[in-house]
Amino acid sequence: MTQLPQSTDRKLGLVIDLDTCVGCHACVISCKGWNTENYGSALSDTDAYGPDVSGTFLNRVHSYEVKPETGPAQLIHFPKSCLHCEDAPCVTVCPTGASYKRTADGIVLVNEDACIGCGLCAWACPYGARELDAVAGVMKKCTLCIDRIYNENLPKEDQIPACVRTCPSGARHFGDFADPNSNVSKLTAERGGMDLMPEQGTRPTNKYLPPRPKDCSGEINTLAPMLEPVATDGKGFVGWLDKMLSALPGGNA
Amino acid sequence: MHPAKSVIIFTTLSGIGFGMLFFIGLGMIVPEGLMAFIWFAIAYLFAVGGLIASTFHLKHPERALGAFTQWKTSWLSREGVLAVITLLVMAAYGAGLVFLGTRFAYLGYAGSLLSVLTVFATSMIYAQLKTVPRWRDFSTPLMFLGYAGAGGSLMTGQVDYALALLALAGLLQLLNWMRGDGALGKSGSDIGTATGLGTAAQVRAFEPPHTGTNYLLKEMVYIVGRKHAGRLRILSLLMGIGLPILLLLAPFGHLLAALAILSHIVGVFASRWLFFAQAEHVVGLYYGKR
Ligand code: SF4
Ligand code: SF4
Ligand code: SF4
Repeated sequence: MTQLPQSTDRKLGLVIDLDTCVGCHACVISCKGWNTENYGSALSDTDAYGPDVSGTFLNRVHSYEVKPETGPAQLIHFPKSCLHCEDAPCVTVCPTGASYKRTADGIVLVNEDACIGCGLCAWACPYGARELDAVAGVMKKCTLCIDRIYNENLPKEDQIPACVRTCPSGARHFGDFADPNSNVSKLTAERGGMDLMPEQGTRPTNKYLPPRPKDCSGEINTLAPMLEPVATDGKGFVGWLDKMLSALPGGNA
Repeated sequence: MHPAKSVIIFTTLSGIGFGMLFFIGLGMIVPEGLMAFIWFAIAYLFAVGGLIASTFHLKHPERALGAFTQWKTSWLSREGVLAVITLLVMAAYGAGLVFLGTRFAYLGYAGSLLSVLTVFATSMIYAQLKTVPRWRDFSTPLMFLGYAGAGGSLMTGQVDYALALLALAGLLQLLNWMRGDGALGKSGSDIGTATGLGTAAQVRAFEPPHTGTNYLLKEMVYIVGRKHAGRLRILSLLMGIGLPILLLLAPFGHLLAALAILSHIVGVFASRWLFFAQAEHVVGLYYGKR
């Protein structure tokens, strides 16, 4: 049903740490791998080896240059996937009921057998978190790896979303935002976790931790490499070599 | 937004078809027998033809029946439900005229009201989207209704109404363009709020997530042809509104009337193409585009 639940028992989601992410795209690949082999139809690629490559991804990493008022510019890597919004506009616009938000855990899913591929839900999402698969013709989106997080057949440490499991820098955290003592709630409170495009009124579950200001001394002298060599009174072999080379034509002795 | 042919044809033709049913239902023309059959056939050709065109937009049209289920929240679903009810009510009204030579007036009035609601629902599919600030405006439904009224009156030969409604549709079109042009800027969304990384002036898209294109860019960040927008706008107004008005003002002739209709339809097609092609989706902000 496309009516949104008043509230959900749990609010599962991700915290993404923009301070820590190094933009390696490992989460993108592990997401594509897991979700191509498991829940629903595969994430297709078209013209994969030709000039017009295109493919479906549920997680993509942008990079932004941010120029603070003072200090040097920063490069921020910015992973983006479905934020499992509480007021998910993608759900209410769906004419078939294929899109829905689960009351138990707040995960937003697509029932691919009911999806007619009209694309309206992707239009309604401000974040570009939904992609209509070119081959399967159904809407694909992040499932928060429901087939991992509840999968008793996996070892405990693998019962988290593939992207979180893979991230080499610990920039991704998975947990229940309804529990104020969960890892994700605490991180959000401590680090000022923020919503993307709050003005769209979607009330995203996923939170982004802002990059910390860089603690650099301020002055970086770009002329440094052109400075005079520091040691002018070399001793031993190096000193001898210096003297010999300087004596050659073109030397500066 | 990508101006898909199927959706442009759908909104244009079904608008005209339901516009015709509106005037027929009001009893502006009360044909009987074979003439009634022909009038209804033309109206249904447009209305149903438009609806069928819309299913070409679906990747799984074989499941389209499911689209009638979520009318409680979805404008797309409401549009489908309303369209079918309208067509059924007007079919009953038409059957009375064609076979019984009787006019069930209240059925006709109900059909007219339902026709208006159907066109309104069509427009709300677009006007509801917060993600496309250009569309999310009261002028969008008004413009859709204006065009449907103009087309419907033109097709049913209501010259006086057609003159007035064409002029009104033209004004509503101008209003929609004027309000739409600044809509993204006024929406409060920019690359700063999209990323949460600072003000729009401080954040610059440095590297996109992918080297090729993708569904999002093709579907929602369509910018091809925007440079011709100004000329197309003038063309659309001239063909859709100006020329039909001139032709209607000339002494009546069937050829001129047909020309007026043809010109109007071409103009509305152009306007609808622009409606999609010029619409900026906020997801473009993540790519540093608009
Ligand atoms: S991020 Fe987009 S797809 Fe995910 S719940 Fe929010 S609106 Fe829907
Ligand atoms: S593409 Fe599928 S999930 Fe999305 S709105 Fe259409 S039917 Fe619903
Ligand atoms: S795997 Fe981790 S560090 Fe690498 S891009 Fe994804 S979030 Fe960033």
